[in-house]
Parts: sequence; C-alpha cells; structure tokens
Amino acid sequence: MAQAPNMTALAVFIVLFVSVAVLGLFAARWHQSGEAQISEWGLGGRRFGTLITWFLLGGDLYTAYTFIAVPTALFGQGASGFFAVPYTIFVYPILFAVFPRLWSVARANGYVTAADFVRGRFGSGALALAIAVTGIVATMPYIALQLVGMEVVLGGLGIHGHWPLVIAFATVAAFTYTSGLRAPAIIAVVKDLLIYTTVIAAIVIIPGELGGYGKIFASVPPARLLLAPPTADNLGQGFSYATLALGSALALFLYPHAVTGLFGSASRHVVRRNAVILPAYSLALGLIALLGTMALASGVQAMPAYARGFKLFGANYAVPALFLQMFPSWFVGVAFAAIVIGALVPAAIMSIASANLFTRNIYREYVHPKCSPANELQVAKIAALVTLVGALCFIIGLPGAQKFAITLQLLGGIWIIQTLPSVLIGLYTRWLHPIALLAGWAAGIVSATAMMAAKGFVSPIYALNIFGVTAPCYDAISSLALNLAVSVVLSFVFNAMLSTREDATAVTDYV
Amino acid sequence: MTRFRPIYLLLFPPYIALLWVGFYNRVEPTLFGIPFFYWYQLLWIPLGALLLYPIYRAEERRKD
Repeated sequence: MAQAPNMTALAVFIVLFVSVAVLGLFAARWHQSGEAQISEWGLGGRRFGTLITWFLLGGDLYTAYTFIAVPTALFGQGASGFFAVPYTIFVYPILFAVFPRLWSVARANGYVTAADFVRGRFGSGALALAIAVTGIVATMPYIALQLVGMEVVLGGLGIHGHWPLVIAFATVAAFTYTSGLRAPAIIAVVKDLLIYTTVIAAIVIIPGELGGYGKIFASVPPARLLLAPPTADNLGQGFSYATLALGSALALFLYPHAVTGLFGSASRHVVRRNAVILPAYSLALGLIALLGTMALASGVQAMPAYARGFKLFGANYAVPALFLQMFPSWFVGVAFAAIVIGALVPAAIMSIASANLFTRNIYREYVHPKCSPANELQVAKIAALVTLVGALCFIIGLPGAQKFAITLQLLGGIWIIQTLPSVLIGLYTRWLHPIALLAGWAAGIVSATAMMAAKGFVSPIYALNIFGVTAPCYDAISSLALNLAVSVVLSFVFNAMLSTREDATAVTDYV
Repeated sequence: MTRFRPIYLLLFPPYIALLWVGFYNRVEPTLFGIPFFYWYQLLWIPLGALLLYPIYRAEERRKD
C-alpha cells in the first residue's frame, strides 16, 4: 500500500484540493473595496465578522503541523505530550482580557502590526525593529513546518518527492498574492468543515474498532500514562508540563500571524466573542491528540504495510497510518485533504503577517519612508511571495532541514515571548522605558538561546536549581522572568535619567 | 483609569485548576475507560469557555 498510490483516496484528495485553490483565487472579489492599500490586502480591509474571524483564527492557530505534531507527541512520549490541551485553555482568558485593547489602539491609529503599536507607544524605532525582526524570525520556521505536515500526508497517499510540495506552495503563493487575507479566510471555512467531519468520524469509529477507551489506554506503557511525580528535591515532570502550557499560551497571540488574524476582525466585540467560541477548536485538538494514543493501541507501527512511512517520517506517520488502517479509501482522501488544506491556511496568513512586518517596520521605516500606499501594498505582496519561496527552498533544498526547522520553531516560541513586556504591558502602561525594554528583550533572547544550546537544541526544558530544589522549567518562562526583571530595574534608572518620550496613542484609543 | 470589576475573577479558575498538576496527575476515577488525567483536562475546555461567557455578557451590557 505504501508503494502504489491509493487511487480512490488520491482522487477525492485532488478534487478537494483543486476546488479550494479555485476558491482562494476568487476570494479577492469578496467584499473588496478596490482601494490599493496594505490594510485591504494584508488585513482583509478589517471587515471580518464573528464567524469568519472564528474560521480564520481557527485555521491560523490550529495548524496542520499541530494536527500532526500533537498526536505524534502522545504516540511517542505519552502524557507529557498532552500539554497542548491546558495550553489552548490558558490562551483564551488572556485573549479575552487583553487583546481587545490591542485591537482598539490599532484601529484608532491605523496600525497593521504589533511593532507599529510599539513604535507609536514608545516612540522608539529600535524597539519596534527588535519586535518586527523577532516576529519575522519566529514565523519563518513555522511556515516551513507546514510543509512537513503536508509531506507526511502526501507520503500516506503514496506520493513522494518534492513536486507535490512545489505545486501546493505555488497555489498558496498565487492566492496569497492576488487575494491577501481574504483567501485564507474563505478557505478556512472549507478546511474546518473537513477537519470537524474527520474528527467526529475518528472519535465515533476508531474507539469501537479498538475495543473501547479502556483497551486503548491499556496499550500505553505504564510509565508514560501519567507524568513522572515530584520527589523531595525535584518538582518533576508536572512543573515542566505546567510551564510549557503557560509559556506557550502567553506566546501564542504575540505571533505575527495571530495578530494579523485579530486585526482583520471588524470590532473589539468580534475579538471577545471569539475568545468565547474558539475553544471549540481546542476540543477538536484534544480529541485529535487522543488519536496518537489510538495509533499506539492499533499497532500500526508493527504492520508491514506502514513500515516505509514510519521509516521516512518516524512517529509523525502514526496518525496517517491510523487513518489508512481504519477508514475506507474515499474517507482517507477527505481526512488527508483536511490536513493539507489545513497547512495552506496558516502558511498564507503567516506569509502575509511577515510581509506586513517587513513592509511597515523595515521598508517604510528604513528604506523608503515616503512610499505611497500603492507602493507599500506592492512591496508587501512581493515580500509574501519571497517568504513562501524561501520556506520552500529551505525545506527541499537543505538536507536535514526538517530537524533544523523544528529546532528553529522551538526557539521561535521562546524568542517571540520576549516581546510580551513591550506589547502586552505596553497596552496598560508606558512606565517601562524603551531602552530598558530593549535590554530586557536582549537578555531574554540570549538567556533562552543559551539554555537551549546547553541542551543541544533538542529540549526547551532547562532544569533550574532553586534553593537546592530542581525545577525543570520551560525556557520561555525562565527567560521571560529575566527579561521582566531587567526591564523593570533599568526603567527605574532610565526614567530618572532621561526625559519623557512622545506617545502617539491617546488613553481613549484603548477602550 | 478603569475600575476593577469582580466578574473578571472568573478568568482565573482554569489557571488554578490546570497549573495544579499534582491534583489531576492520576488514573482514577476513569470515565468510559479514559484516565482522570485526560478527561479532567478535556473537561476544562468547555468549562473555560462557560466561565468567559458571563464576563462577555457583562461587557456587552456596559458598552455604549
């Protein structure tokens, strides 16, 4: 089965993929105002209502890579891989309480990126540049990883080699260029219908076939069924689990693609409403995570039919193999199309978000300050193309690029959280001095990278020694603590020494 | 600037419930054969959303 393409599945898959590509190209005409400016293309004209924003953010945050990586973690590591669930729960109270302020100040001042806000709020070009560059660098490997998700699924259909990835990315590039944020918004609707259908089918069919959840969990090695408990001098796996969940949640909405999705919404009420209804995706993710445990129970790893897939893709092949084993061919086509289309949506939004950052905070700031709106738009569209082509060349051109991309993505999450003091605390106060924030950011980036390097860039957990007790802590949390400490201490110094700076935003902009 | 509103305290229970890992890092009681560790965390997904809803309603009533 792994040798010859699975024809029925392939046919269903191709029909769905082509329909979605056509839909993306025609999305440009949807509610188009005709104005040639970056917020029309890069934020969909800031007109998305509650439902479209729900689909867009759902497709944006719950990526194809997530849908492959989370069950893979449960399949390979057991309980510790389940941290994605508390992570997605922790995200929404933060989104609800904090991000309507960011939406409002962006709308009032025409900001397109988080770095635009930092530029206006603190009057510091250097700090804004640091925020923009962090965003771009954190996003690039994330785009590359969407390709990894695609490759695994295409391998499951029996098609190997680079050309399918090239076709898929050429499609993303084409509709991103012509339609901007409108394309992923429309495609996300189709993608999510396919994802929910797949999840519901999987949850209804597979546990029955495997003899119920009791049997499924009985197949998990006992040592991995739960987290390793704490001992007298070690806080144990529970501490790394909790810090991973919290750190990932704090970082999520600082990512440029999340900010772009939020800024595309039509009002702050849309943002609030979405914080209440987006957990529906978390439920889907939690159930998809359990597919990893089901794959373990099904024994696909030992079956000769899937040997080639496991050899090529490792544990990432667990869920595709489970689907091939459990579903009829035509439904395999639906499920795999859901995952591949699920990669197109975030890849498009991430390239748009990077392009917005490059254009607003590097090109307009340092290269061509007096550029016209039309010129700004053209630069952004080309920047999005360059981003996508760059990610593609990186993955197919560099041997071992996948591992490198995974490392970079781990680092990216830890780096992006270093923008929290400037962006999130900046929404409430400008007491923190921009030079202090820049120093805190640098301290956070350097310490986080050093901790990752000490673990050979494979684990984002570094054991801290606190008064003789070992605390295995997610690097994002410990480095953020250092960042905050440096920012606060130096703000006392700089606020006493230097005069006050301009604030381009008004108090009433935030509510 | 903005007065503290007690209803916002509803933002915190999910953090307490899930950061206290020692509480739910156990197998029993199982639900349909699913260990407590897994179903307890899944249960908090809808609970978290339900806790946000009253704050959302209060905010919508306040608005202009």
